[in-house]
Amino acid sequence: MAQLLGGVLTSHVPAIGRAIHQGLQDDPYWQPFFAGFPPVHQWLAQARPDVVVVFYNDHGLNFFLDKMPTFSVGAAATYSNADEGWGIPQVPTFTGEQDLSWHLIERLIDDEFDVTTCQEMLVDHAFTLPMALLWPDQVWPVKVVPVCINTVQFPLPSAARCWKLGQAVGRAIRAWDSDARVMVLGTGGLSHQLDGERAGFINKDFDLRFMDSLVSAQPDWATQFSIPQLVEKAGTQGIELLMWLATRAALGAQVEEVHRNYHIPVSNTAAGLMVLQSR
Amino acid sequence: MTTPEIPGIPGTTLFDGRLARKGYALNRLCYSFNDAANRAAFKADEDGYCARFGLNDEQRTAIRARNVLQLIEAGGNVYYLAKFAGIFGLDVQDLGAQQTGMTKEAFKAMLAAHAH
Repeated sequence: MAQLLGGVLTSHVPAIGRAIHQGLQDDPYWQPFFAGFPPVHQWLAQARPDVVVVFYNDHGLNFFLDKMPTFSVGAAATYSNADEGWGIPQVPTFTGEQDLSWHLIERLIDDEFDVTTCQEMLVDHAFTLPMALLWPDQVWPVKVVPVCINTVQFPLPSAARCWKLGQAVGRAIRAWDSDARVMVLGTGGLSHQLDGERAGFINKDFDLRFMDSLVSAQPDWATQFSIPQLVEKAGTQGIELLMWLATRAALGAQVEEVHRNYHIPVSNTAAGLMVLQSR
Repeated sequence: MTTPEIPGIPGTTLFDGRLARKGYALNRLCYSFNDAANRAAFKADEDGYCARFGLNDEQRTAIRARNVLQLIEAGGNVYYLAKFAGIFGLDVQDLGAQQTGMTKEAFKAMLAAHAH
């Protein structure tokens, strides 16, 4: 059976792409953010994953309001980025792990998660930038399976539902008849808000408590809150912590915290980073 | 749901079905800006481009004013509006400054102050 190695959680704001493109990793503004990643690279070198399941949210590249799936799973042979409207630098194409895609789809629907399947799927900065942070040379040593959660159009799936989705994905990975070494990657957050008079909202106390909770005896602590409550605590885009919850849930009851970083601000966002190893 | 719903969050709009209906044409226009050719077409003939997408008067006025709060009120979703803002080289800090009535420098200082 496939081995589930652990997970990485990271923010994904578009400005990271520009910073990478312009080589600003050591710039005083960016250094505290990029300095968080060498320990991630060390963990990857030791963990040697060959497949990554990525929980992320699309920002209006692949999905429009004409059809808006709550949960969708990529089943494509390849995945590419595209111009997202502001000429974001492109990254090399990703190779899909289609056997795992279809295994996940079958298991999830068996588990009563009626996901949308995508044999063609563009992946936006929420997918590409975390991959580029994990593998800065952008020579991807892994195949990928995207799992997209709607955060564009309310109602969003509840935190508790996203937790259960993550649990189901974790079970499916562990039951996959393969000798692959699999990791999960959750992208987004932490607290930030782009829209409205409340733009610029950041909640450091909540973010730190949330990160602590993921490695506590009660890792599903945040699932007690409704979506509006989470928006109040983390901001309209801070709701991307749903990806973190799904990722953490996939890893099972026990994890070891390998590394974390937290920095305010990157663009309008409180940037969080964690590496969690499965036990 | 066992969790009580909270009343409205000040300065915050949750983009729900009501707004998804109201803002469909506006968001469809903004979504089209994923394509550089469409951005160029908008710049070449803004009136004609907006007419093609069937914007109502409120949406057309908000687009003309480049006013984010008006665009949200007209049903715009920030993820699509960001693509409209990109045409003018505006980033999310420019949008934040405009919506909060701050200069960009003051808005950035406010963000940085959250670290403490």
